[in-house]
Formats: sequence, C-alpha cells, structure tokens
Amino acid sequence: MKSPLLTVSGLQMRFGGLLAVDGIEFQVNPGEIFAIIGPNGAGKTTVFNCVSGFYRPTAGEIRLDARAITGQPGHRIARAGIVRTFQNIRLFRTMTAVENLLVAQHAQLDTNWFSGLFMLPRFRRAERDALERAAYWLEKVGLREYANREAGNLAYGQQRRLEIARCMITQPRLLLLDEPAAGLNPQETHELDLLIRELRDQHDVAVLLIEHDMSLVMEISDRILVMEYGRPIGIGTPAEVRSNPRVIKAYLGEE
Amino acid sequence: MKSLKTACMAALLTAVLTLPLLGAHLVVNGLSTTLVVNLWPVGIAVLLVFVAQLLDLKARLGAITQALPTVSLSSASFSRHIRLWLAVVLVAALIFPFVASRGAVDVATYALTYVMLGLGLNIVVGFAGLLDLGYVAFYAVGAYSYALLSQYFGLSFWVCLPIGGLFAATFGILLGFPVLRLRGDYLAIVTLGFGEIIRLVLNNWDSLTHGPDGINGIARPTVFGLELNRRASPGGTTLHEFFGIPFDSLYAVIALYLIALLLVILTLFIINRLVRMPVGRAWEALREDEIACRSLGLNPTLIKLSAFALGACFAGLAGAFYASRLGTITPESFTFIESAVVLAIVVLGGMGSQIGVILAALLLTVLPELARSFSEYRMLIFGLVMVLMMIWRPQGLMPATRPRLELPTAEEAHQ
Repeated sequence: MKSPLLTVSGLQMRFGGLLAVDGIEFQVNPGEIFAIIGPNGAGKTTVFNCVSGFYRPTAGEIRLDARAITGQPGHRIARAGIVRTFQNIRLFRTMTAVENLLVAQHAQLDTNWFSGLFMLPRFRRAERDALERAAYWLEKVGLREYANREAGNLAYGQQRRLEIARCMITQPRLLLLDEPAAGLNPQETHELDLLIRELRDQHDVAVLLIEHDMSLVMEISDRILVMEYGRPIGIGTPAEVRSNPRVIKAYLGEE
Repeated sequence: MKSLKTACMAALLTAVLTLPLLGAHLVVNGLSTTLVVNLWPVGIAVLLVFVAQLLDLKARLGAITQALPTVSLSSASFSRHIRLWLAVVLVAALIFPFVASRGAVDVATYALTYVMLGLGLNIVVGFAGLLDLGYVAFYAVGAYSYALLSQYFGLSFWVCLPIGGLFAATFGILLGFPVLRLRGDYLAIVTLGFGEIIRLVLNNWDSLTHGPDGINGIARPTVFGLELNRRASPGGTTLHEFFGIPFDSLYAVIALYLIALLLVILTLFIINRLVRMPVGRAWEALREDEIACRSLGLNPTLIKLSAFALGACFAGLAGAFYASRLGTITPESFTFIESAVVLAIVVLGGMGSQIGVILAALLLTVLPELARSFSEYRMLIFGLVMVLMMIWRPQGLMPATRPRLELPTAEEAHQ
C-alpha cells in the first residue's frame, strides 16, 4: 500500500456560530479519483476551500505527503502541487485562451527581470517552451483552434475544459475539481469523464472531485465521501456508498 | 410642454451661473477699481441654453456623433507601420528643440515630465488596476532625494537619478506592503493619505528640508561631465568653454529637453518589455481575478508590490529630473492636484494604453500653456473635458490594446 498523497484529519470549519464542516476525515492516494458528494449546503466546497488554502480551518490537519499544509496561503499550497477549479468558472476572461495558460505557468517560468528586459536567449527559450506547453494542453482539451480567442467568449463547456487545462499546466500532484460537470450536456459530460481518466492515467495526478452528476461520480470515482450538514455520513467505493443506508436516507429521504 | 419647462429651468440656472462669470467685470482705472455690469453676454448664454434645451439639441447631437465614423488608430495598417511611425516621431522629437522657440522647448520638457509620470502611474492604475491617489508622493521623494543628496553630499545628477528612483521604489514597497491587501476605494484613500503625509513631512521637517522655503540652487544636470552654467564650478568645465563657443542659456534648455526625452524613451522601453514578460501578464491576470491567480500559485502581494514599486520608481526618476530642471523645489509643488492631473492623464488617455497616455499628457500640459490668456477658465475646461470624456469615451482617447502573444493556428504551423 502506497502512502497517501493527501491526508485530511479532524477537519473543522466554523463561521461564527455556524459549524460548516466538522469531523471530516479522508485520504486520497496517488493516482486515485476521489469524490465528495452530498446535498446542497453539505459543506463540500468548504472542504475544498480548506484544502486549497482559501480558508484557514478552525481545527484539524491537512497533509500533503507527510508535510502539514494546514492554514498555508493559497498560492503556497498551489505551488506545493494542489490546484483547483471553481464552481463558477474563474478564467481571466479578457485574456486569450493561450494567455490563460501562460499566466498559470508563472510559478514555473523564469521571472528574472534582467533577462526579460534585454530579451536574452534564456528568456526567449523559456517563453517558447511555455507557449509549446500551452499548445500541448490546448490540444489535449480540444481547444487548439481557439487558442487566440478571448477566454470569456468561449462556450461554457470550452471554458470548463480550459480551466482544467490551466490547472494541469502547473503540473499538479492533486487536482481539485469543483462541480466540473455543472452545466454540461450529456455528450460533454462523457468527454469530461474520459478527460479526467486520461489525466489520472497519463499525467500522474490524483483527482479530488465534487460533483452532483451521480452517473459521472459512480462511473469514475475509486472512492466516495458522502457529507450531510457538514459531517461525513459514509465513505467507500461506489458500490459500498450506494448500499449505505444512511446515504440512501440522506438522498431519498426517510420512508 | 415638458421640454418648455426644462428649458426655462435650464435658462434660469444658466443665468445664475453665468452672472458672476460673464456679467460682471472688475475694471481697474488708475487707482480706482470699479465693477462694470454688462448683461449682454449673460443674455446670449441664457438664450442659447434655452433654445438648445427646447430643441433637445443634446439628443440630436448624440445622434450625429453616433453617426460619425470612429477613427481607430489601432487598426491593422497602423500596427504594421508602427516602426516607421516611431522613427518619424523620434526624429521629429530630436529635431524639435533646434528649430522651436525657447519657450516651446521649455513647455515640451515640462510635458515630457508628465509623460513619464503618466506612464509610471499607468503601470499601477492601468495594468495592475490599483487606484493610487497619492502618486505625487513618489514624485516628491525623487525630487527631494536629488535635491538633498546634491545639497548635502554634492552628488551629481546622474548618480542621483537612479538613487532617486530606488528611493521612490523603496517608499512604494514600504507603503505597499501594509496597504496592498486593501482594494479599490480603500486603497485609494490610504494612498491619498500617504501623499499628504509625505508633503506634510517635507513641509515641517525644517532642519532637513528647509520646510516651506524648499531647497534652492539645486545643481543642473551635466552633459558628459560638462556643466551647463555660465561659470564653471571649481574644478569643472562648462559646455561652452569646452567647445569654445559663446555662452547661451538656450543650450541648457535644449540639453534638459534631450535628457527628458531620453528618460521617456527609457521608460517606454522598459514598460514595453515588461508587459510582454510574465510579470506583465500577471498584472493583467491579477486585475481580472485575484482568487484565480492565487489558486494557480501566483503570489498576489508580490505581484502588486512589483507594480507599485515600479510605478513609484518612474515617478522618482521624473521627480529627480524635475528638481534638476527647476533648480528649486518646495513642498507646494507636490500637492494632491498633481496626483489628480497625472491620474486624469491616465484616465483620459485610456487606462493601460501607452500611446493614449502620452497623447493625454501632452494635451493636458501643452494646452493650458497655449491658452494662458484665458487661464482663469482652465479648471473649468479641464472639468468639462473630463465630463464629456466620461459620457462619450469612457474607455479613454485610445483604449488599450495589449500586445497579445499569439499561438499560430494549426494550419499556420503546418505551412
């Protein structure tokens, strides 16, 4: 058994008098697709925000490998290898698709001002490589021909895919997808399914996923955590979760 | 009927407003000053406004202006010939001081200082989207850095120029570090306060800055080590002595103009490179969406600081130049109105647009000089222009067109 990539233990997030998330425990293994599901307002996105450093959890610990990352600022966590997409897409809308991917490489790029000011060969090479990587990822998500289009003018499904590409270009170890299938038609959802698997299989990334589309979740997830009112009510493989009486109660209501 | 009522109201308002401005004049006749009331101009103004309102001229004018074809300088043919244009402008700018009158060269030098300030603030406001109302503080820091270093340590202009820039950048970082977590209006207010604090410190720190008297006799820049004064300082050589030509104070004016031009070209060069560098893209991305930036591993504070410090640095350079040009500075040269003018330049030019900012800077500095004869209406016209701009062209004279990095399409790549 490999050691887990992400370990979340005893996670608690309190907003004033509201206990949004409490007692969340899970691990994501390398190469695993792990989903968090639950009714609206169950606290799924809050868990995401804690893991990606947008909230500082009030209690509990988050570890990437063996390193504690609890409460670190978002950009530090992103550099450590956890990047996320957003429920309501957050692209740089007036920048083109390819520029979105260039900005994402900022942390990896040569930011030496001297070589940039004088356009030294080192700088040109770095820029060319960055463009090539951007082209590769645009190709991968089927947006090659829209490279120079403003991101805000792309179709909804294309924006979703561009956001995933923008994450992947930072070479993350863990990809956090917040409702990636929201607003997609069945065909697009199917393509998303294939894309997520491909990312996992070929690009050595684990995926942590929030999703309402049950067919997608059951299809691609290795394991699922079910939340209700900020608390975990079940964890396991899709088959286990499907037959868990508490989960059925939460989703279908009590007889 | 309704338009008649509005027209009457407008006419009445015009009468109230124009009565003191147009209706009454002070006539100085020897020792006695008399107030002459002449109601004719008021009558004409009231009549004009009344008729215009009655005929709803504004709506008609609007229809006309909409029908006018818009001239877009940023069209494809323009960008294709941009090198040619740049060369023409540069040559013209280089020849200008040798053919123009002394006064014109002086005004041009003054204008170039504002071009620098406008370009510097454009980084902060236009590119990074941080509203800075205290930009004049950095201008003051640059000016006083040079003035004090020159006065106390006798350092030359060319040594002090980068020091002034660095000092200003340091102040930018000092101010930026605590306040850059603020956004929008809050940031604007804090920077406004900072601008005033710097001015008040300069005004009250008598032992160092001589308070409201300012600093006089600041050394002029030298040209390749040659002084521009009539008489050389001990151990120095003046320009006219070196070339064996008679002294003419015009040489200094021309030299200052050329130094200003050099500084503007340097500024333009650096900024043009920066917007094509990762940091330039990061500024724009940050303006668009700070949260997305953080989620991708970009450190927002560092990126904002870089914009703030860089903008401040250019203001510092402009300030050092300003001090050396005038030879005397007082805290009163660095009031809030200066910040407002520079901000107006950026807004008028089109935020983030460099050509626009240059045009606006020239417009806002040269026009008032040309129109000295009705200088009492200067602020009125200034205000009017700003209001009209906001109505008809809120994006500025020349909206920004950022250089985009294009990825060749698949077909192009195969060719």
